[in-house]
Amino acid sequence: MAEIELRNVDKHFGALHVINDVNLTVADKEFVVFLGPSGCGKTTTLRAIAGLEDIDSGDILIDGKPVQNVHASERDIAFVFQNYALYPHLTVYENMAFPLRAVRESRDLVDKTVRSVAASLGIVNLLKRRPSQLSGGDMQRVAIGRALVRRPKAILLDEPIGSLDAKLREGMRVELKRLHLENGSTSIYVTHDQVEAMSLADRIVVMNEGILQQIGTPSEVYLHPANLFVAQFIGSPVMNIAPSTIREDGGKAQVVIDEQAFELPRELLGMLESKKAGNDLSLGIRPEGVLVSRTDQPGYRPAEAHIVQPFGGFDIVDLKVGNRTIRARTTAGFVGKAGDAVWTKLDPSHAHFFDNRSGASLDIRLGD
Amino acid sequence: MARIRLNNINKQFGEHKALIDLSLDVADGEFFVLLGPTGAGKTTTLRLIAGLDKPTGGDIFINEENVAEWGPAERDTALVLQQYSLYPRLTVRENLSFPLKSRVRNMAQADIDKRIDYASKTLRIGHLLERKTDRLSGGEMQRVSIGRAIVREPRVFLMDEPLSALDAKLRESLRSELKDLQMRLGATFIFVTHDQVEAMTMGDRIGVLNHGRIVQIGTPQQIYSNPRDTFVASFVGSPAINLIPGKLAGGNAVVSPGAFELPVAGKSGAGEGAYTFGVRPEDVKVEQGAPVEGKVHDIENHGIEKILTLRVGDQLVRAAVPGRVAVTVEDAVRFGWNPDKVIFFDAKSGLNLAHKAA
Repeated sequence: MAEIELRNVDKHFGALHVINDVNLTVADKEFVVFLGPSGCGKTTTLRAIAGLEDIDSGDILIDGKPVQNVHASERDIAFVFQNYALYPHLTVYENMAFPLRAVRESRDLVDKTVRSVAASLGIVNLLKRRPSQLSGGDMQRVAIGRALVRRPKAILLDEPIGSLDAKLREGMRVELKRLHLENGSTSIYVTHDQVEAMSLADRIVVMNEGILQQIGTPSEVYLHPANLFVAQFIGSPVMNIAPSTIREDGGKAQVVIDEQAFELPRELLGMLESKKAGNDLSLGIRPEGVLVSRTDQPGYRPAEAHIVQPFGGFDIVDLKVGNRTIRARTTAGFVGKAGDAVWTKLDPSHAHFFDNRSGASLDIRLGD
Repeated sequence: MARIRLNNINKQFGEHKALIDLSLDVADGEFFVLLGPTGAGKTTTLRLIAGLDKPTGGDIFINEENVAEWGPAERDTALVLQQYSLYPRLTVRENLSFPLKSRVRNMAQADIDKRIDYASKTLRIGHLLERKTDRLSGGEMQRVSIGRAIVREPRVFLMDEPLSALDAKLRESLRSELKDLQMRLGATFIFVTHDQVEAMTMGDRIGVLNHGRIVQIGTPQQIYSNPRDTFVASFVGSPAINLIPGKLAGGNAVVSPGAFELPVAGKSGAGEGAYTFGVRPEDVKVEQGAPVEGKVHDIENHGIEKILTLRVGDQLVRAAVPGRVAVTVEDAVRFGWNPDKVIFFDAKSGLNLAHKAA
């Protein structure tokens, strides 16, 4: 079992700063997901941990020992690629036995290990087949099996289910999670799919342009995004973000977006003051924090419904407030059609405030 | 602008029956989605409407005129494909003006400019007009392709999976943009996709296609809450509907003896016996004191909500719970369901009893 630590890790590809001073500790048995758009540095970081890439500076430590000078094959870390990388001329059994035979394990041990790992992955019936006779999902099971036979200290997975279709992806995701619960090996998993990250991870590491944006549990990054990038990368439909000013009006705080005012609790004013927030702010609010009413109520302001997108279990409704569109989540069929008059209010407990210059969240948390 | 009607269309490719007795009536100004898996016949249908292929049997009407003898140009439809097919060496403006410069149209330059101006404002690509198309992002290229359709002011827009090649974020924003565009143009759209989210969120009505046949036509809400059969039920909706085999006995759904028993609201014409019970995950309620105990098999976390997969015996049941509910895999939880929302499907044919009775 293994703890993996990155200290001030830095790497360039030519002029491109692909890993920018990354610090991170992955605890023993933890499942950590690197999440970010393509080109954010997540795969390069993973490959550096495996020893498949050199770093320019900083330290990578496994169980407290620096490993920069340890060859990839000696780091005792297994790596699963998106494109399986199976030997086409070997059977499934031989593919899985390969890493054990390479270190001259006894025939009995090889057989026992391959069969037990194959059983846990549900591929015992495929052991005699060749990769070309397998579906995409089964090929990836074999690739994962091959990674597991050596009982590595840690397992690194680079978008392992990214090339599978949606149904298969869901099934494999469930298997991977359960497999981790069973064998408990430290796992680092790279993906650009936020639902995958939210569902698999103990903690998510959000990356963009080589810079670590936030480390947190799935609910932390969803409920309290550290900055505008995380706020908009995580969650679907995307969080509403609008430049806004805050003012006091009749004992209440008002957030003003394009001259349209929404009421918020008075305590907001003090919180902004204590954070020394400037006036260059954005309000962020997820669609579920935009409340909609079909009648005028205290604290609500008028709006016009625009596009209504039914998802079956709920609707996403675009509301026109002045020149802005604010997206709300409602129960199915709550708003009839585009053009209907409705009333809307922001749920203070869902309001986020960001500094426009740095993009950082002011971490203001209002009650209901 | 146009109403499009297909009457008993059949299309065969050699021995393969691509379309079987397909009838559709798309109203003027309607956003109609053809939804189905690969090979269902969606693209074939579009090509027949566009006049790129001829049906083996049946008739196509545009504004109630039979167009059997009309070529693609006379039908005046605009086809937008998944592949952008723009001219890479030309600028966006040149790409947009290309369809208008044909000698047949004989359009004055001022009119061409006016249409390009309108299309580029509508699609917010005005700032890209002088750029070469190989310098555009995927989303921008797809906007330009749609722009090329708009400038022609066609009778109908035919769209063949135009968003499939784009990443998830872009698809999300282009979905509402396209719907908004269609509403502003007041145009007839026939939109082909295999993505049920696109169909649900954009369509005024959806036609679900499978193996060359129309299985069901209806509004998104009709298709979602009253699917004609288990195919439609499981194709539409994410997370997928629970389809649970069991028996109806004494007003209860009895699921694989020993697994669990839950009440269902009586359905007309439903005698005791074997059924497939359909329940959407949002109609499965996880709460203390609920009648059935299950183990948490998996948690899919969407932030706002979690989709729990619960295990009872060998049966898996998906339930949607609010995101703040704290559970971990293998926890024991209790659940029930809303008896009014349970759909009865014939165990053999998979047909929804509510449809059979009607």
